Amino acid sequence: LPAAVLLKDTKLMDVKLGQLGSWLAMRDFTPGGIMGAVRRGYDRYYNKYINVRKGGLGGLSMVLAGYVVLSYMWSYSHVKHDRRRKYH
Amino acid sequence: MLSRLVLRAAPAALRALPPPVAVGVLHTTRPLHTTQQSLAPVPPLPEKGGEVRHGLIPEEFFQFLYPKTGVTGPYMLGTGLLLYLLSKEIYVINHETAAAACILTVIVYGIKKFGADVAAFADKLNEEKVATALAIKNEAIQMLQTAIEEEKKEQWRVEGRSYLFDAKRNNIAMLLEANYRERLLMVYNEVKKRLDYQVAMQTLKRQKEQDHMIQWVEKNVVQSITPQQQKESIAKCILDLKALSKSAHAAV
Repeated sequence: LPAAVLLKDTKLMDVKLGQLGSWLAMRDFTPGGIMGAVRRGYDRYYNKYINVRKGGLGGLSMVLAGYVVLSYMWSYSHVKHDRRRKYH
Repeated sequence: MLSRLVLRAAPAALRALPPPVAVGVLHTTRPLHTTQQSLAPVPPLPEKGGEVRHGLIPEEFFQFLYPKTGVTGPYMLGTGLLLYLLSKEIYVINHETAAAACILTVIVYGIKKFGADVAAFADKLNEEKVATALAIKNEAIQMLQTAIEEEKKEQWRVEGRSYLFDAKRNNIAMLLEANYRERLLMVYNEVKKRLDYQVAMQTLKRQKEQDHMIQWVEKNVVQSITPQQQKESIAKCILDLKALSKSAHAAV
């Protein structure tokens, strides 16, 4: 019988849907914890796509695409007025 | 001279002492670098980054959907999503769309045309950097190797110490010998001078005594010749001379 892994230590992809609420509640939401999470995410992305010998275009373009999407979402309330139909 | 032999035997006895303790032994008992976590050597960089399809979507997404939907799953998802966004006008088509379309076209065309060249150039720059670093590392290793060789040579040279000391010892013995003989000669000369002086003194004294005695005897003899005897001796001499001259005339 394999040793049971604590819910705290499971990764997000291994968490069952029913446990998602309790898993989220357990995460560290202090400023230090948030900064740590941001740092970890940045390190993962950097080491996977940019810090390699022959880096490709994808590493940079994904960041730019994410920025485009984010800026569209922020300006949606302004773009809404250019819609062609009122009711969808 | 026997003292010289004793002095020469002493260094040989000194050589019999044990050599000094090796200096290279590290005087620690604490082991170093025993844990697994050491930061060197740093693992090399991976060759290629994560796979990205169409420059926008990581390959993991396609692999994630493959078991359930096969190869076309993500594309169907993308198409459906796009149509939903357009029909609900969550994505609004306005002047910005036209601008985006033109920009994207130019960007894609530029990448397709010049991508390989730029990649090769960047690779060349990287290669040069790595080559310089590697050259520095190799040079450092080389210098350390030569330092090791030099050190070994010095250690070999140290073994020849004994010959050096023998030569020096011989030199010193020779110097001592020469000095001793010089002084011996000096002593001999001085003693000879003194003895010669004594001999000369004695000779002089005897000579003076002889001369004085002769003079004294002559003086007394001359004094003792009375005038009477002088006349008689002169007359005798004249007679002798005449006789001699007669015999000389006869001989001729």
